[in-house]
Amino acid sequence: MNAPEKIAAEDALVVAGRAYRSRLLVGTGKYRDFDETRRAVEASGAEIVTVAIRRTNIGQNAGEPSLLEALPTSRFTILPNTAGCYTAEDAVRTLRLARELLDGHSLVKLEVLGDAQSLYPNMPETLAAAKTLVAEGFQVMAYCSDDPIMARQLEDLGCVAVMPLASLIGSGMGILNPWNLQIIIDRVKVPVLVDAGIGTASDAAVAMELGCDGVLMNTAIAKAREPVRMARAMKLAVEAGREAFLAGRMPKKPYEASASSPQSGLIAPSGTASHKSA
Amino acid sequence: MSAPIRVVVNGAPREFPAPLTFSQLLDELALAGRRLAVERNGEIVPRSRFGEARLADGDRIEVVIAVGGG
Repeated sequence: MNAPEKIAAEDALVVAGRAYRSRLLVGTGKYRDFDETRRAVEASGAEIVTVAIRRTNIGQNAGEPSLLEALPTSRFTILPNTAGCYTAEDAVRTLRLARELLDGHSLVKLEVLGDAQSLYPNMPETLAAAKTLVAEGFQVMAYCSDDPIMARQLEDLGCVAVMPLASLIGSGMGILNPWNLQIIIDRVKVPVLVDAGIGTASDAAVAMELGCDGVLMNTAIAKAREPVRMARAMKLAVEAGREAFLAGRMPKKPYEASASSPQSGLIAPSGTASHKSA
Repeated sequence: MSAPIRVVVNGAPREFPAPLTFSQLLDELALAGRRLAVERNGEIVPRSRFGEARLADGDRIEVVIAVGGG
């Protein structure tokens, strides 16, 4: 039967051959502590969580808790990123380290930044890194500009997902160019996830209603006044947007009102107007 | 094998009296047993080789972990 619950249960996000129930991917940065990180991730329902790779502090970390204890790899798909890398070479080195750190895990988030002010992706370096990483057996989810040609080139290089920005990383400005996203969704066969720029729940819902396969966010949850509650809001928004996309929205009819209640059988109008037609 | 070596670990210069293994390095840095990855001069040093591979004078070492990030 086509019970809505059943459709939702079967509607998995498939990335690199693996199915996920949740279409919301979350970052783990900017939280107060690992406990808040863990509670927000739990509330979001996300199964894929991003982490950054950084130098360990030497001499001051005996007994310090680790992120991978709060988010065990047995429960979550850890998606190491290359945030902070400005060249293809640094991004590739970072992900080789990540693969070693995560026991051969090959699903990664590639992002190569262009400048520190905009954090806009450097697409030539991103493409170069993607080529090397795919050749080395990585499964690359690539953060990219919302340029349909760049998205197609990443797909052609063998990326397992393309992740165009909605607006600048951490800006919370929402989806600035839904038309470009629509072109990418229509022309690219691998999953398209909006990554960066989501500000609140309606932004996530709109991304999903456009037909995105998923949404990746960090700051919108971590910098909400109540991160755990916002995580839940995002979970609901992504689910609502996905269901609305699958349901297929009604056509827009800007010049044509259409009453939802029957037009016949109205009681007689009050006053002297009994001669008026119904 | 017993000449002192100078290396750079995570950007900071360090000196050791002899070329030590990566396991010994991690012990020295109080990092033993932690989930981390190591790079030497741009190349991964697999965990399986920590016990036998030795640092050499002039090596540039990076020791990384997973941290919160988007």
